[in-house]
Amino acid sequence: MTHPPYLYPGYQSTVLRAPSRPPVAFKADPDAIELSSPVFGHDEVGSLDADLTRQHAGEPIGERIIVTGRILDDGGRPVRGTLVEVWQANSAGRYAHAGDQHPAPLDPNFTGAGRCLTDDEGRYRFVTIKPGAYPWRNHPNAWRPAHIHFSVFGTAFTQRLVTQMYFPGDPLMPFDPIMQSIPDEAARQRLVSSYAHDVTQPEWALGYTFDVVLGRTPMES
Amino acid sequence: MPATPSQTVGPFFAHALPYEHDWELVPERHPEAITLTGRVWDGAGEPVPDALLELWLGRTGDRGALRRGDGGVSGFGRCATDPDGRYRFRTIRPSGPYLSLQIFARGLLRSVLTRVYLEDLPDPLLDGLDPARRATLLATGKGDTYEFDVRLQGEGETVFLDF
Ligand SMILES: [Fe+2]
Repeated sequence: MTHPPYLYPGYQSTVLRAPSRPPVAFKADPDAIELSSPVFGHDEVGSLDADLTRQHAGEPIGERIIVTGRILDDGGRPVRGTLVEVWQANSAGRYAHAGDQHPAPLDPNFTGAGRCLTDDEGRYRFVTIKPGAYPWRNHPNAWRPAHIHFSVFGTAFTQRLVTQMYFPGDPLMPFDPIMQSIPDEAARQRLVSSYAHDVTQPEWALGYTFDVVLGRTPMES
Repeated sequence: MPATPSQTVGPFFAHALPYEHDWELVPERHPEAITLTGRVWDGAGEPVPDALLELWLGRTGDRGALRRGDGGVSGFGRCATDPDGRYRFRTIRPSGPYLSLQIFARGLLRSVLTRVYLEDLPDPLLDGLDPARRATLLATGKGDTYEFDVRLQGEGETVFLDF
């Protein structure tokens, strides 16, 4: 079982939002529109959109990192030209979002949103700063491990994936019901990025790698 | 290769995922424009004010999916719900009987995928559902405006699809 169930009471927000009935299994005909996906043009993504450290006048506070990896299908083939969007908290664990009440400082030089298209090898690359952990009100003393939110399109609307990338060795992961909602330990580990010394750039930024494997399209299965 | 698991979109995407004209698949003066609107509800009958909906017509079109240009139609749109749980798209009628709608929200560890049918006609998916459940996939139309609510849980729960 790769994905979390809809209902996971340890994550309170699922209790009134999880569908009570399983999704209806439906064998799509070859014309079903869900088997295709929007295509995003290179002229729709700005060259600076993938560098979250250069979207303001100054440099954001925090540990500069490079996050790169490949978007693959279940056969290990690259998904080319697909849109990857990321968003995150700043280094203090605060989102540039009006609803975030965490009493940690905003960073005027960091919004925490980026996007890019994958190249011919299915590769994406972002420059950002390492996000901080942040508290939430799910249960007493609840803290989210540091994470970067990812949104990936793929080649079929059924492959659309929103997920979160974590950092290796984060001690908060075992306490986090969102991550722990994934029943299988091996599957959970697939959300943990790897430190990559060959991606790290001397005197500049630490490197992490994180590959995303999209599910089968219905026509393959 | 084993797939990457899903995680919730969370509550804090408003600074990242919405974009200019995201809900406008066609420009305002498009002669065939229709409005698709509705509200997202939770299992207690409360509106969901922090959902993100994506609409897909099956073809990318010439207007730009992300940076809207001068073209006539984009096949893709995105809309975050307002404090009343309401979303809105300006689109055209699809070439087939339905549009594809995907919903993300805090509390949804995986997205849910459904179909919006603008007409109640014989259809391989609809015909396999009992009448009450079938009705959850039918938009109600008045002129150029169609209403389609998404009930995540409980009475009248929308039919979600697994392909
Ligand atoms: Fe987050």
